Amino acid sequence: MDNSISFEKLASFTEEEREAFHEQMKERQISKQRMRKGIRVVINIVVALFVLLPLLYAISVSLMPSGELYTLELNLLPKNPTLRNFADAIAKVPLVRFVVNSFLVAGLITFGQIISCSLAAFSFSFLDFKGKNALFMLVMATMMIPGEATIISNYLTVSGFGWLDSYQVLIIPYLTSAMGIFLFRQFYLSFPISLYESAKIDGCSNLRFIVGILLPLTKAAIGAMAVYTFINAWNMYLWPLLVTGSNTMRTVQIGIGMLDSDESQSIILMIAGVVMIILPSLSIFIVGQKQLIRGMFQGAVKG
Amino acid sequence: MKKEKSNIKKMRIEPYMFLIPSFLVFGVFLFFPFFKTIYLSLYKTNKMGQAKLFVGLDNYTTLFKSASFYNSLLVTLIFVAIVVIGSMALGLVTAMLCNKTFPGIRFFSTAFALPMAIASSSAAMIFKIMLHPSVGIINKLLGTSINWVHDPKYALVCVALLTAWLNSGINFLYFSAGLSNIDETIYERASVDGANGVQQFFRLTLPGLAPIMFYTLVVNIIQAFQSFGQVKILTEGGPGESTNLIVYSIYRDAFFNYRFGSAAAQSVILFIIIMVLTLVMFRIERKGVKY
Repeated sequence: MDNSISFEKLASFTEEEREAFHEQMKERQISKQRMRKGIRVVINIVVALFVLLPLLYAISVSLMPSGELYTLELNLLPKNPTLRNFADAIAKVPLVRFVVNSFLVAGLITFGQIISCSLAAFSFSFLDFKGKNALFMLVMATMMIPGEATIISNYLTVSGFGWLDSYQVLIIPYLTSAMGIFLFRQFYLSFPISLYESAKIDGCSNLRFIVGILLPLTKAAIGAMAVYTFINAWNMYLWPLLVTGSNTMRTVQIGIGMLDSDESQSIILMIAGVVMIILPSLSIFIVGQKQLIRGMFQGAVKG
Repeated sequence: MKKEKSNIKKMRIEPYMFLIPSFLVFGVFLFFPFFKTIYLSLYKTNKMGQAKLFVGLDNYTTLFKSASFYNSLLVTLIFVAIVVIGSMALGLVTAMLCNKTFPGIRFFSTAFALPMAIASSSAAMIFKIMLHPSVGIINKLLGTSINWVHDPKYALVCVALLTAWLNSGINFLYFSAGLSNIDETIYERASVDGANGVQQFFRLTLPGLAPIMFYTLVVNIIQAFQSFGQVKILTEGGPGESTNLIVYSIYRDAFFNYRFGSAAAQSVILFIIIMVLTLVMFRIERKGVKY
C-alpha cells in the first residue's frame, strides 16, 4: 500500500503539503476510475464483436466477389468489395416482390393487432360486464397454446376455406394477440379514469373516446407494440412456409430460401439476400428500441 | 321510457362488441384448432387430414412405444438445456457489462439486444456459411475441418448455440431491467465491508436478480421448445434423427408422412409441456416479480 501514510506523519504535514497530498489522492482515484472505465469499454468491444460476428461476417461475405469466398485462406474482409451479389440475387429470385409482400403482411398485421387489441383492452379496463374476469382469463390462457401445436388444424382449416396461397391466409390468423391485449390493458389501468368519466358526461361515445383521447395518450404502448409485432411478423417462418406456394405470395423469409441450392455460387447470393431482408427489421429495431423497452417494462409493472 | 331501456340494453351489449374482433380470431384460429387437434389425435386420418377411423388413444400408445419419439423428446430436452443456459449466460454477461454507464453505452446495448430482431431462418442461413466445412469462417478460425452440421456429434450443439445467440437479445433486456432495480447503495456498503467483485456477484447481484431470473428462465424454456426454422434450414432433423426436435417432428409427420393423427398427438403432448411451464410462470409472476 504505497499511499498508506501514517496518521502522525499526516498530522506533521504543513497545510500546503496536506492539500497537495489530497490532490494526489484525488487524481489517483480519478485515474483508477478511468482505468476501470477503460477496461469496461475494452471488454464491451470484445463481447460486442463476438455477439455481432455473425452479422458482420454476413455483411462482409455479401460484398465479396465469389472467388474470394472460395479460398482456404482466412478471409474476414472482402479485398475487392462489390455489390454484384445483391444485383445477382435480385435477378435470380423476385426479391422485390417478397419484400413488398412482407411489408404488406407485417404492416397489416401490426395495424390490425393495434386496433383489435386496443378495443379489447379498452373493454377489459374501462367497462363493466358479466363474465369480464372469466373472459380475460380466457385471453390469458391462449398464451399457453403454442402456435406450433395448432398449426396442423389451422392448415386444414384454411385449406378448407380455399385460402391457401393468398394474403388473407398470412394476415387474418394473426390479427390479434393475447400479449397485445395484456400490454394495452396494463397501460389503460393507469389511465386517469376521471378523464373517461368527464368525456362520458360530455356525451362522448366510447368509440370516440378511444380514437380521440385514449389512443393519442397511449402512444408509448402503441409504439412498443408496433415495433414488437412488426418484427415478429417480418420474421415469421413456419406458417408462410406451409401456406404459400407461389412467387407472388411468398414472404421474405421463405423467398430467400429459394436462393439456397446446391450450386456452389448460390451460397453467396443467399447471404446477399439475407443481408437485404435483415436490414428492414434491424432498422426498425434500432429506431424503435427505446420505445420497445419503455413499453415492455412500463407495461409489465402492475397498474 | 323506451329510450332508457334501449340505452341499458346498449350498455349491456357494448362491452362485448369491443371484444368481437379479437375473439373472432381467437375462436377460429386458436380455440377451434386447439380442440380439433385433440380430436384429430384420437383418429386415423387420410392424406387430406380428414378424420377417418376412431382409434382412441392408439396414436399416443404408438408414440410412447416408438424409439423415434423418445429420441425426439430427448434431443429436444438437450437442445432446450443448451439454449437456455447459453442464452441466459450471454444475456447476463452483456447486461452486467452495460450496468454502469460509460462512453458508448447506447451503441453497446443496442448491439447486445440486436439478435432479438433477427429471424431464425435468416440466422440459420448465416450460420450455414459460417459452419461450412471448407469455406466457413469457424473452421478457418479454429484450424479444424469439421463438417459441423452433418456430424451427429456436433449438429445439435450447433443448432442450439445458434438459438442461444438469437434468444440472448431479449434476455439482455430482461436482465438489464432486473439489474437497474438493484439498489446501488448495497454495493457501496459491501465494498466498504471489503467484499470483492466475485463475492458481490454471488451475494448481491444474483439474489437481486432472482425474481426476474425465474421468469426469464421459464420464458426461455418455452421459447426454446418452439424452435423450428433453424432446424429446417440447417439440418432438416438430421443427420440421422440427431436434431429431430419435437416441432420439426410434428411438421415432418404431418406434411411429409401425412400422419396427421400422430402429428396431432405430438402437438397435444407439446401443448401439455408448455401449459405446465406457463402455469409455473404465472404462479411465479403472481408471487410478485417486479421489473
